[in-house]
Amino acid sequence: MITKRIIPCLDVRNGNVVKGVNFEGLREISSPVELAKYYSECGADELVFYDITASSDGRKLFSDILCETAKNVFIPLTVGGGINTVDDFDRVLKCGADKVSVNSGAIKNPQLIEQAAKLYGDQCVVLSVDIKRVDGVFRVFAKGGRENTGLEAIEWIKRGVDSGAGEIVVNSIDTDGVKKGFDLEMLNEVCNAVSVPVIASGGAGNIEDFITLFKTLPKVDAGLAASIFHFGEVKISDLKKEMNKNGIPARL
Amino acid sequence: MTAIIDYGVGNLFSLVCSFEKIGEDTVITRDEEVLKKADRIILPGVGAFSDAMDKLNKSGLVPVLKEQIKKGKPIMGICLGMQLLFDKSFEYGEHNGLGLIKGEIRPIADDVKDLKIPHMGWNALNFKGSKHPLFKYVKQGECVYFVHSFYAVNCFDSIIASAEYRTDITAAVASKNVLGCQVHPEKSGETGLNILRAFCEMREGAIC
Repeated sequence: MITKRIIPCLDVRNGNVVKGVNFEGLREISSPVELAKYYSECGADELVFYDITASSDGRKLFSDILCETAKNVFIPLTVGGGINTVDDFDRVLKCGADKVSVNSGAIKNPQLIEQAAKLYGDQCVVLSVDIKRVDGVFRVFAKGGRENTGLEAIEWIKRGVDSGAGEIVVNSIDTDGVKKGFDLEMLNEVCNAVSVPVIASGGAGNIEDFITLFKTLPKVDAGLAASIFHFGEVKISDLKKEMNKNGIPARL
Repeated sequence: MTAIIDYGVGNLFSLVCSFEKIGEDTVITRDEEVLKKADRIILPGVGAFSDAMDKLNKSGLVPVLKEQIKKGKPIMGICLGMQLLFDKSFEYGEHNGLGLIKGEIRPIADDVKDLKIPHMGWNALNFKGSKHPLFKYVKQGECVYFVHSFYAVNCFDSIIASAEYRTDITAAVASKNVLGCQVHPEKSGETGLNILRAFCEMREGAIC
């Protein structure tokens, strides 16, 4: 039986890992290469690297860090942030990424998903969506959660999957950084709309939140979080033991 | 030294890094002489079966590959590389493979109707029969990383490990010195590296 994946997310800026709360007030912690090695050794199933650098110098630094990580870490690596063209896919795949996550780049140019899926396969294209409730409707936000695109989230995700996205990351802006649990209502709607793997993101505060996620929504394939792992509030090995105890398949 | 066949399919960066990690020298090559001198050969591959098979045929390396196999040199196909070892594939049509392992490649969706395709993620290895030398350093039930939509069937005699996904998914095969891994050892953490370690201990003519 395939196990539920636990995925730490590393936001990288100027060579360091950062984590924002509600996308604001970024705080820098630790070397990404070291952190990636640590996570790989303590049982992370996959790692997500988000490049939140704006400058081209920073982008080069990010590529170097990615290469260095890929040389030392032998679990799947997903890269996102600043992916706007097929050339961006090429750049990070050559540095050792296995999957590439698109967000704002796909909103600006929806053909990007199809182009990349044709070149690298559906399994390589991850559609990451930042979603927030606006007047009771799930809306897609761009630019790190700052801009309401007006797109209805479920429609957007379905379109993405039809174009070739092989996996969806659902990041609830409403629950992100609040640590009161994943956005089960939002995730349920996404799971019912698509048949590709769905990764839950935003809101995990403790082990119980992951147990609730996988028990309530068996269709969710993976749980993603950042600060609770980085600051040691949740240890991945403890989390996985607890999952197994609760009958949720996890790789120990 | 392990030779990785370069026939223009996929990115070999992670694979090379993982051999480096276990201290094994590798060379990415399309040179017949290098393949002849190598202690063992890796046939990598990602993407579509027919495209990869075309490229492998056009590389002109198939005869030397078969000759080296006949001599008893260990060869291992990884992911699509494993699938190419089979008689044929039904991935978008019907295509001939290398015919080195009996059986064929079919869509997982033919047999598993209500689960997500691709079969993607970490799944536990179930060894078949007595443990194959490839798993010398791996325990029954250890998880490895899969990403694939097609799988090998009608190959019961060569299966050395499978994984459960409502049906038995062929995870690894062996027929004398020809081995195949559907899983990605280069993405399966320490378990994957241990599979590569065992492969790198195999020598010409020394595989059961």
